[in-house]
Amino acid sequence: MSARDEILARMRRALEGASAAPPVPREYRRSLDAEVDVVAMLIDRLVDYKANVHRGLDAIPEALGGAVRVAVPADLPAEWRRGSAEFVEDRGLTVEELDGVDAVLTGCAAAVAVSGTIMLDAGAAQGRRALTLVPDHHVVVVRRDQIRGHLAEALPRLDPTAPQTWISGPSATSDIELQRVEGVHGPRRLDVVLVD
Amino acid sequence: MSDIVPAASLIPADAPFPKAAKVALGMPQLRANLAHATGTIRAKRAKVAGELDDWERLRDTASAVKADVQRRLPELAVEFEQNATAAGATVHWARDAKEANEIAARIVREAGAEEVVKVKSMATQEIELNEHFEAEGLKAFETDLAELIVQLAEDKPSHILVPAIHYNRTQIRDIFEQRMGDAPVGLTDDPAALAEAARLHLRRRLLSSTVAVSGANFAVAETGSLVVVESEGNGRMCLTMPRTLVSIVGVEKLLPSFSDLEVFMQLLPRSSTGERMNPYTSVWTGVREGDGPQDVHVILLDNGRTGVLADEVGRQALSCIRCSACLNVCPVYERTGGHAYGHVYPGPIGAILAPQLEPGKHDDLPYASSLCGACYEVCPVKINIPEVLVHLRQQGPHQAAEKAAMGAAEAVMARPRLWRTALKAARLGSMPWRRKGFVRRMPWPVSKWTVSRDLPVPPKESFRDWWKERDR
Amino acid sequence: MKRVALFITCVNDALFPEAPKAVVRILERLGYEVDFPAAQTCCGQMHANSGYKNDAARLARSFDEVFGGYDAIVTPSGSCAAMARDQYPHLTGSDIGQRVHELSEFLVDVAGVEDVGAHFPHSVTYHPTCHGTRALGLGDKPLRLLRAVGGIDLVDLPAADQCCGFGGTFALKNSEVSSAMLADKCRNAAATGAEYLAAADNSCLTHIGGGISRLSRIYGSAGVAKSGGPKPIHYAEILASTA
Repeated sequence: MSARDEILARMRRALEGASAAPPVPREYRRSLDAEVDVVAMLIDRLVDYKANVHRGLDAIPEALGGAVRVAVPADLPAEWRRGSAEFVEDRGLTVEELDGVDAVLTGCAAAVAVSGTIMLDAGAAQGRRALTLVPDHHVVVVRRDQIRGHLAEALPRLDPTAPQTWISGPSATSDIELQRVEGVHGPRRLDVVLVD
Repeated sequence: MSDIVPAASLIPADAPFPKAAKVALGMPQLRANLAHATGTIRAKRAKVAGELDDWERLRDTASAVKADVQRRLPELAVEFEQNATAAGATVHWARDAKEANEIAARIVREAGAEEVVKVKSMATQEIELNEHFEAEGLKAFETDLAELIVQLAEDKPSHILVPAIHYNRTQIRDIFEQRMGDAPVGLTDDPAALAEAARLHLRRRLLSSTVAVSGANFAVAETGSLVVVESEGNGRMCLTMPRTLVSIVGVEKLLPSFSDLEVFMQLLPRSSTGERMNPYTSVWTGVREGDGPQDVHVILLDNGRTGVLADEVGRQALSCIRCSACLNVCPVYERTGGHAYGHVYPGPIGAILAPQLEPGKHDDLPYASSLCGACYEVCPVKINIPEVLVHLRQQGPHQAAEKAAMGAAEAVMARPRLWRTALKAARLGSMPWRRKGFVRRMPWPVSKWTVSRDLPVPPKESFRDWWKERDR
Repeated sequence: MKRVALFITCVNDALFPEAPKAVVRILERLGYEVDFPAAQTCCGQMHANSGYKNDAARLARSFDEVFGGYDAIVTPSGSCAAMARDQYPHLTGSDIGQRVHELSEFLVDVAGVEDVGAHFPHSVTYHPTCHGTRALGLGDKPLRLLRAVGGIDLVDLPAADQCCGFGGTFALKNSEVSSAMLADKCRNAAATGAEYLAAADNSCLTHIGGGISRLSRIYGSAGVAKSGGPKPIHYAEILASTA
């Protein structure tokens, strides 16, 4: 018998005579109260994670913080490419090339206010996963209409089978005495630009 | 600077829990480190769990979803296999640790590699993949900071989430200085400096490795997707940069649908690191052209899980999402650390999982609990750990002397007249101690009590005497 | 007159008559008629939790026989009440546990009183025992009753929710770990400076009291005139005290 068939047979044997599981209750919250200011909450949570927050497309150069060479996905809107940096489009950049840029500028698919999470799903203006991983500084543009209060509201905005990265602040670790310190293998600096 | 002595080497791995625990209790630095770390995380968890007004409802849902998954495990496993395969992944099945390790080693060889980078994974710890690779002439490099510390110290993990929880910052600095090879000169014990040292040490390898091995926190049947939850970005590196990716996933990690993540991704980060959300979560489904690994494998692992599934009470242990909240609140774990449990899964969850995954090998673990229930209270998927502990005690073998004593006690207690006679006898027998009011020393097994506590003496007048007197 | 049965528990039967006597006084003061079925022995918890299911089931059945005729059974033990409520359904299928009330549950939920007219002019710290708090969900009911006591000075116990390390046979089987837990509990209790340490279970109090008594003797033999900590007392005894 193949391992597959044997494991499936073991499972069926283990469950012989088991009664059906009771229905799953779903009484939990799926959205925040209407009066919650989700933008303010998102900013609060991002700052708590030591991400930097900026407002408006004009703030992009400031968010890039003097980066000279900035990697961008090829479909990054032209109006986001502001300031004096050289914007290097990712048309198959090598690892070395990615490691050599000062920053990466992308958009996102959605953001969750309650947990300060920015979600990428390889959609428009986001590029492939390596693009937002190898450079040490990630600048991400979040449109107001992409912000959701609650995780349950944001998930339907993602392509479930596309490669996703959910980002909540810069790279961090709690491995030393369970205290969070920022900056390990992922981008050590995260700047978020909120635009209308 | 002190020599590196791996904590696990001091605690006899095969000793029964009480013996191993006694050794651990005699290590003041270990106890101080554990008390500090578990105290920190307990407060953080309580704060962020308290922020959600629907926390208990989330727990109810998560518990019910997991029970449903267990009930439908064969269907969901096949559904996952079909969807992952359709998305370009190769799905393998492994009956046990040996089979999983062999499949993984074969994939690494076929990819033309001799070394792999690893994302922290309990499944690979469970099957001892690193040791198996070593024996096969392959090398596995841990990239999670805590796993790296443990690997450099040649130690064993002592916690599910933070395997190096038993080391403090100064000890970690010493380990890096002595074992890392390329540790920066003048490295301090500032956690940020230590994290930076780990970044420099691993960066080249993370960017250039061709094969990675991971586990998964969740496997979504509906889409064939895997989910890895992490903090440092080493996970993203391993899941993105290499050409070949092998993920070893216990069959119990299945979730029916992608939208179930809206429940579990609220519970897991808040319960584990006490954060509203962990820094990075990766979700991938098979192969995506031009983005990440192009050779994607999933090994679905049984290794005792179907045996656990067969026990109606015990199977809830398969609901575990490895958050470690139960370890962090456990008064026993806090004082002994993880090594004393002698299994990769320590603490309360380990005490119910280890004896079920390896029947007959960890019969002492269900007793490694005062049944205080703190674990059940924090468990995000509501595993009734005390209930399973008692259930396993009722299944397990019993010492002959204890069995006789318990039987004798029951025989007396089941007969009210005998019970009253025994109480009277005890009062008379304790006369010599009456004046002092306590007993200081008793023969075994009561000596186990009197080693640190005095024993009260039966009263002169019992409640029954008082009641009778009153009635007259 | 309203009639209730009193289950005193085997530990109190053997060692601590004051707690059940206190329960009788409180209930009678509130106008209840208290029955003490003399055939009662033990709820079977020690056997169940040590893995002796059949022994436990026999004791559970005799509990049912002794108390089956009562609508309300009151006990000064959170642990024994939890045993009947949580474990009897699995052991014997009996739901008698629904009628077993730990004292504070009975007073607050059934009798609807928090001020039982007690007076106790002493400083007291309260340890919420694990089974009462977590398995039974007593919450702050015992504390609410204590807060209403005249003259009492309630002092917070640091790390109150931590187990004292008793755990039935755990104290013997894992004596060293249990002792380490006890040492921390005793240190926290002593740090309150309270005269009394109150709790809802005499088994836990035997453990904590045994530790404090041992510490006092150690100090004594070292020539230090210092107490190991507060005196253990079942909170029912405080509620029974009057001016």
